[in-house]
Formats: sequence, C-alpha cells, structure tokens
Amino acid sequence: MEAFSEKEEENGAMISNNNDWVEPEELKQEILNKYPPKVARKKARQIVVNKKNKDNIVPEIQANVRTVPGIISQRGCCYAGCKGVVMGPTRDIINLTHGPIGCGFYSWLTRRNQTDASTTPDGHNFMPYCFSTDMEEKEIIFGGEKKLKAAIQEAYDIFKPKMISIFATCPVGLIGDDIHSVAREMEEKLGITIFGFSCEGYKGVSQSAGHHVANNGLFLNVIGKDDTIKEGEYKINLLGEYNIGGDAFEIDRVLKKCGITTISTFSGNSSVDFFANSHTADLNVIMCHRSINYVAEMMEKKYGIPWIKINFLSAGGMSRSLRKIAQYYADQKLIDRVEEVIAEEMPAVKKAQEEVMPRLEGKIAMLFVGGSRAHHYQELFKEMGMISLCAGYEFAHRDDYEGRHVLPHLKVDADSRNIEELKVKKDPEKYKLRIKEKELEAQEKNKVKLRDYDGMIPDMEDGTIIIDDISQYETERLIEAYHPALFCAGIKEKYIIQKHGIPMKQLHSYDTGGPYAGYKGAINFYFEIDRMINSKVWDHIQAPWEKCPELVAKYAFE
Amino acid sequence: MLLKHTSKKIADRRFLTVNPAKTCQPIGAMYASLGIHGCLPHSHGSQGCYAYHRSTLTRHYKEPVMAATSSFTEGASVFGGQANLLQAITNIFTIYDPDIIAVHTTCLSETIGDDIPQIIGKAKADGIIPKGKFIIHASTPSYVGTHVTGFANMTRAMVDYFAKPNVHKKNQINIIPGWVEPADMNEIKRIARELEINTILFPDTENVLNCPQTGKFEMYPKGGVTIDELMQTGESMGSIALGRLSSAPAAMLLDTKCKVPCAILDLPIGIKATDRFVDTLRKMAGVNVPDIITFERGQLLDIVTDMQAYFYHKKVALVGDPDHLIALTEFLVSIDMLPVHIITGTKDKNFEKRIKVITEKVPHKVNVKSGGDMLLFHQWVKNEPVDLLMGNTYVKYIARDEDIPFVRYGFPILDRIGHSYFPTVGYRGAMRLLERILDALMDRQDRDSSEIEFELVM
Repeated sequence: MEAFSEKEEENGAMISNNNDWVEPEELKQEILNKYPPKVARKKARQIVVNKKNKDNIVPEIQANVRTVPGIISQRGCCYAGCKGVVMGPTRDIINLTHGPIGCGFYSWLTRRNQTDASTTPDGHNFMPYCFSTDMEEKEIIFGGEKKLKAAIQEAYDIFKPKMISIFATCPVGLIGDDIHSVAREMEEKLGITIFGFSCEGYKGVSQSAGHHVANNGLFLNVIGKDDTIKEGEYKINLLGEYNIGGDAFEIDRVLKKCGITTISTFSGNSSVDFFANSHTADLNVIMCHRSINYVAEMMEKKYGIPWIKINFLSAGGMSRSLRKIAQYYADQKLIDRVEEVIAEEMPAVKKAQEEVMPRLEGKIAMLFVGGSRAHHYQELFKEMGMISLCAGYEFAHRDDYEGRHVLPHLKVDADSRNIEELKVKKDPEKYKLRIKEKELEAQEKNKVKLRDYDGMIPDMEDGTIIIDDISQYETERLIEAYHPALFCAGIKEKYIIQKHGIPMKQLHSYDTGGPYAGYKGAINFYFEIDRMINSKVWDHIQAPWEKCPELVAKYAFE
Repeated sequence: MLLKHTSKKIADRRFLTVNPAKTCQPIGAMYASLGIHGCLPHSHGSQGCYAYHRSTLTRHYKEPVMAATSSFTEGASVFGGQANLLQAITNIFTIYDPDIIAVHTTCLSETIGDDIPQIIGKAKADGIIPKGKFIIHASTPSYVGTHVTGFANMTRAMVDYFAKPNVHKKNQINIIPGWVEPADMNEIKRIARELEINTILFPDTENVLNCPQTGKFEMYPKGGVTIDELMQTGESMGSIALGRLSSAPAAMLLDTKCKVPCAILDLPIGIKATDRFVDTLRKMAGVNVPDIITFERGQLLDIVTDMQAYFYHKKVALVGDPDHLIALTEFLVSIDMLPVHIITGTKDKNFEKRIKVITEKVPHKVNVKSGGDMLLFHQWVKNEPVDLLMGNTYVKYIARDEDIPFVRYGFPILDRIGHSYFPTVGYRGAMRLLERILDALMDRQDRDSSEIEFELVM
C-alpha cells in the first residue's frame, strides 16, 4: 500500500496497522475467479486499481456497457433517468406516464426533490401528483394512442397545466404507439406545449440513456422559448443539480450573497418558465456532468453560452467553484465579493471540521453511486480526514471517470446508438458570444478551463480501487476485505450494508437530512457522517452472552 | 396546500389515472417469492423493473430485498429474452447460489411473448440448473391486475410447481396468509400453534423482511417456507386461504391438483374475521380452542367496551387493497364506526358487492369504488369530510391538506416503522390496530379541545 504510506505516517490511519491488508490486484483476481468466464472477461475491464502516470493519465476503465443478466447491479432504466431524475423535479409541468401503472407509481415522490412553488406567479405544483394512462391488456393489444389522447384531454380539462410531457414505458415502444404524433395533435388542439420522451425502459444500458433523452426533449421543446431579459449582473444556469434535501436552496443562498443570479436550475426547484428563459444566461455551470452535459453542449452551439464544470459539494469545492465563476467573468468586483463571502462562510465550516476530525480521521469510506456523486463527495470526506478507498459509478461513462480527453476515443456501441444525437446549429438570431474570443483565450490561459471535466479517477490516490457498475458480489468482497467505516450507495444497498454493522449513507436522495451542498451543507454532512459512524448502536450488536458464550462456573447450589 | 390542484368538483374521468391506489403485478410476485426460504426472485424484464420493486419493498421493510434481473436491452426486446434468462440462470447459480430462482415476467417480456416454461425447459436440457436446485415461474404482466394479482399468481405458482398429490393425508393444514406483513404471518402461525395444529404457511416472510441486526448480512435469511414444506402441501388435510384475491387461486389449485379441500376466508383483521379464522381452524383440525385465544378475544372486547366513547360513529375513509379493506371495513362497522368512503385501485367485481353487504346497516351514505384512485378518494373526502383516514403513506398528503387524523395501513408504508414487527391480524393485532386508531383520534381531541375542556383523564 504505497499510496497511503505518507498519509499513514501523518494521521496514523488504520490501514497501516492492518496486517491482513488485501492487495487490490489480488482482490480483483479473486473476484474475477468467482465469475463465469464470459462475465469475468467483461468485469476485468470494469475493475481498475488506480495508478497514474507522470502526466496524471489514469488507467482505462470500461463503462456505460450492458450489465450481464443475472448480475445484481444497482442500475435502473432509461425511464427512471428521464422521468425520475431529470424531469421529476420540475413542478409546473404535468408528467404523464404512458404505460401500465407501475412505472408512474414507483417514480411518484420518491426522490426527495424539494420545490418552492411560491416563486412562480401561477404557483403550479404537480410534483405531489402521479399521472398515468394505466394501460391495460386491451391497449397492449389494440394500441394505446386513443387512451393517451383522451388522458391528455382530461388532464387539460381538469388541471389546466401550461405544459404536458409524455413518457413512454417499455410496452409502448414495442406495440408502436406514436407518442410524438399524439403530442403534436393534442398541442395543436389545446394550444399548450405538449411533447413526448421516447424513454422506454429497455433503451440504453442504464438511467444514463434517459438523461440524454430528457436533455434532448428539453432542448427541443422548452429551452429558448422566452427571450425576456431578466435583471442581474452575473447570470448563470446551474445544470445537474436536483435539489435533493434542499441542496439547490443552499447553493442559491451563497450565489445570491455573491451577487450571482441563477436564471434556471436544471432541474432542482425548477419551473418550465425558467427553462424557457435559460438561454439568456451568460454561463452554464455544471454539477452533475453525466446527466446534463448534453444540454450544456447544445446550448453553447445554439446560443453561444460557454460552460464550466464546478462542484458545490464540500466547502473547498464551493469556494473553488465560486472563484472559477468569478474568474470567468474576470470582474474585480465579483472576484472581491466572492472572497468576502468565502471569508464569511469559512469560520463556521472550520469549526465543524475541527470538531469531527478527531472522531473521523483516517477512516475508510467507499462510494458507489450515480454519475458524479461518487466523485463530488470524496472531497467532503477529505475535509473530514477520511479516505475514499474505493469508488465507482452506477451509470457513468468513461469521461466521468478518466476526463473528457477520452471523448474522441469513445466507441459508440449499439446501445448508445439508439439514443438520438441532436444536430444543433447556431441560432441566427439568438446566438451571441458571451465573451470575446480574445478574452476567452486569455482566460483559458488564466486557467478557467471551459467545457472541461477531468473525471473522478485523477482525483483518487494510487492504489485505490475503482469499479464501474458494481455488483452485489463485489460489494460483499470489498466490505469483507477492507471493513470500511462507511459505505455510500443507494436505497437498495442500504440495509444490506447496515446488516454488516456498517453505516450506509444513501447518496441518491440521502434518505433523510440535507442540504449537503454549499457551506451549510458541508457542515450538515460532517455531523451526519459523525453521527452515523460514531453512533452507540454499533457497540450493542453483540449481546453479553454472545461475547462470552462459555459458562466458566456453575452455581454451587445445584 | 400540497395537493392544491385537487378540486372539490368531481369531473368525469375515464382515461387518466391520478395518484393510483395500486401498483403493478411484478412487485407482488417479488414479495411472495421472498417468502420462500433460499429464494432469489428474478424479474424477467428490463433493469428498471427490479430496481423499482426492490427500492419500494426496501423502503417499506427497511430490510435487504434481494432479487435479480434479465437486464433487457433493445436487442433482447426485439429478439426475445431467452438468451438473457439462460445467461441469468447460469450467473445466479454460480455467483449467488440460491436454492431456488422464482422468475416473474413483466409487461416487457409479456408483450414480446417470451415463453418462460419453454426457457426453463431449455435450461434443464442444457444442464445449467445444478442438482437439487429449482426454478419456478409466474406470469405477471403489469398491464393485467395489480400488485395483489402478482402476489396471488406467484403464490399459486408455488403450488403449481411443488405440491404433490397424495391420498394419505397428514395431520397438517396449509395456511395461505395473503399479502400481509411478516409480523402478521408470524401471528397467524402463533394462533395455529396455540391450537396445537401443524401448519405449512406460505409464502412466509417472517424472518426474511423483519430480520434482526446481528452484524452479519445473510443473503438468504432464516425465514421462509422451505421447498420441502411446499412439496408437502398436497398431503395436508385442508387449506385455509386468507384474503380471497391474494390467496384463493393457490388454495383452489391445491384442491383441484391434490384434492386438498379449502376454506376461503377474509384476512383475520378485527373481531369477526378472526372469529371465523379461529373457528375454521378448530373445525378443520378437529381441536378445541385453548383458553389463551378466548382470553385475547376478551381483552380486545374489553378495550372496545371501555373506549367506545372515543370512536363511536366516527367517520372513516379508507383506501388500499381489497382483501385488507373488506376485513378492515367489517371491523370498523362491528365496533360502531362509520366507514363512509372506501376505494381500492384493484378492479374486482365482488369488492363493491361485499362492501355494500358489510355496510348495509351503517347509518350513513357509503361511497365505494373498485378501480378508483386517490384523486377520487380525496375528492370524496373534500365533499364529505371524515374523522379519520386509513391507507398507505401517500394518504399523508391528503391528511395534511385536510387536517384529518391518519392511521397508516397497507402497502407501501414508506415513512414509519412498526408495521413489519407488530401484527394487526388476530385479536392481539386488532388490539394494536384499535390502539393506533384511538391514539390518532384522542391526540386530535387533545390538540383541538379548548383549554377549558382539556382533560387529564380520558
């Protein structure tokens, strides 16, 4: 374990004291040995032990490929990525699921996206509702378009929404219902925006395909429809932030304090009105690169809005990201204001760090979640002195692991090819360079890297283990080998991990608590992890009679 | 207001479902499969299905919910899922080593027409099912029936695959508990034990979905009906099916396949349904009811006697699954409460008839609908307000908007614990249920009474 030798000396990490240390490469081999040959060949390329070369180029990992049937994976489907993740948090659109009842039911209110409907004049909020065509056998046999049309009519008559979107589920694609022509027909009839997402669950290999489908739908049907110029000196869109547990509220608080105006968040606490107006911003900042980079790229091509990757999770990440935004604007007033805000916010953060550090330093965390959170949260753990020993994504692509420099080398396989790549051109009227090309060049020299993301692996130490689309079996083996103090994954994994006597923080929707973004969020997170790892419950697991089962003496009076 | 778009006016609505009071078949099949010891449920569909079902069951039970999937992609959806299922079977037995795989289908695999028995046959022929291991299946298209149907179909599949006819009947009774909580299954077994009757209860999720914290994860927990027991169900002297929708198909198949006579009863929720359950058990097994059961019944009646002032003629609105609602409604009527709105999302032609019979003498207009949704339920409540709401967690939005006391009952309960540990069936279960109803009503009285009327002793 050379990677940690320095750290070990520094903080006396538990790793150094562990004589049974399992070498990552050996563990990888053991895992592969368990698998049938076909599975092993595939998994061999999805399990990587980190080793960076001198240019900080990391090993190649295979990602965004099919999960082998029968492997218990964390992944969900295209519909979940489209309806659940990207479109779910928008309050004033009727999201109508076209399919049997299940899909709509399971994605109803289960993601903890907070929203504040008081900030849009009409106050519409359909998020507590679930709308479905509830397809039955006769529609599967004879087609469901008629029912879909009638359901849209009823939704319009009863709820008077300003926008309706339709989500296709698996059987809809198979029986050939044309949701897009139904949408066009009903849009014409009712005079409101209606459009469909072809997000059948079998498309792609994970939720990721659904993100792409959702991005396309938003870009084609909503973004750029309202040219009103809103007030604000520094206008940005926040992309890939879903306001789980109020994250977007905390980010907004800090941005406002800095004098930065958010035109639209995609899609936490969002309104379709904000989306429609989002092309008037000067800059797109991206949190979750995986789920939303498509919109950012298309907006740059069509409207000329540059994008930067930021990370508002962790205090350090928040400060660095604010500075990056300020450098983009290259405006001394903003640069100074950002420094003032950081100076105001940091004392409370430092105080919290100092409090939890002695109880958490050197402990091991594992993060297997999402398409960016497994990266972003590592910085929070670092701020507590914890070590992110193993990490991986559920549905990310190679660029999220290794950085966008791999993009030209990515092969488009059959599963990705069935997700449409929109051909986007400059908008003759609405395209404008937000920043002069010369200034831009100067800035790039100034290290504001536009449209760049370095990925997760370069930020991880040598010797750490990275697994894409981790399986239940691999999870078990990692726990057995390294006994982490904390595991981060999703709800399906939560109680499996906790039965091992190891706390599990759910990092999709947090289960409880939040916000964890921004400065106040970082403080919340430190104390949350402190609570979980240092809870008294872990002391009680063994009953006294289990600790010492053999009776050493008998009562004398028998 | 959380449900601010819900108006009092009830518009004609025939094609759009809003806030469903049901979900799809496969999740019920998955829940039933977990009640077999050493079983890994398998979803033959795309990953989203099993991910959603596992997530929902996990949130409800706060326990590991293990299952696998055929991970359909677009290719499989075009060419059929045989290759996926065969590969899944190989991988599951090699890596996860269950005793049995219980395959259920989805709308996807049903629409493309995958023939599961044929695929299982091929798996057998190819020798990829290890010796002594089993695969069973149930057809559970999401566009037919609801989660309750899926539970019934998988339970029936257990009989279909395992029950062996035998003319020599054993001194044992099959009990099919219906879609109830693990704690309920345990309580049903306890009641039978008190009567000194040997039973085979299936499916049985006790000690599968309410496991202890031991610091050790068991992929296949100790609980669950064993395959050996399932094989013996054909030798039992009788079967008792609790809950007509979820349990009758399995019991009826045992009758036709193995000549095991069956009694189809309501879920033993409340006084009268538990009376019928205990009485049927007694008669079928030819035993006497021990004092302890009569004692528990007496305790329940004692609470009803003592606390009547607080629940007498209180109006209740209920939403949930037919088997639960029939027994619950009867219980409420039997203690002089007034169930006035009753909705299930499951379409069942007998449901409305049955509720009408149960509520015939209720001195109030009763609204009942099978195949309804929670939007209609909420609108009924707006039009005719009630004193108490009962239903799954989604009802809490209505409870908050309308400021009405709420007792969680049914599936799913995503925001409270207790339901998997403490039963609501049997006399003891009814005591707990009544305690929770009283807590809700009396907390409200405490909250709303004026300072002058506020009371210490209630």
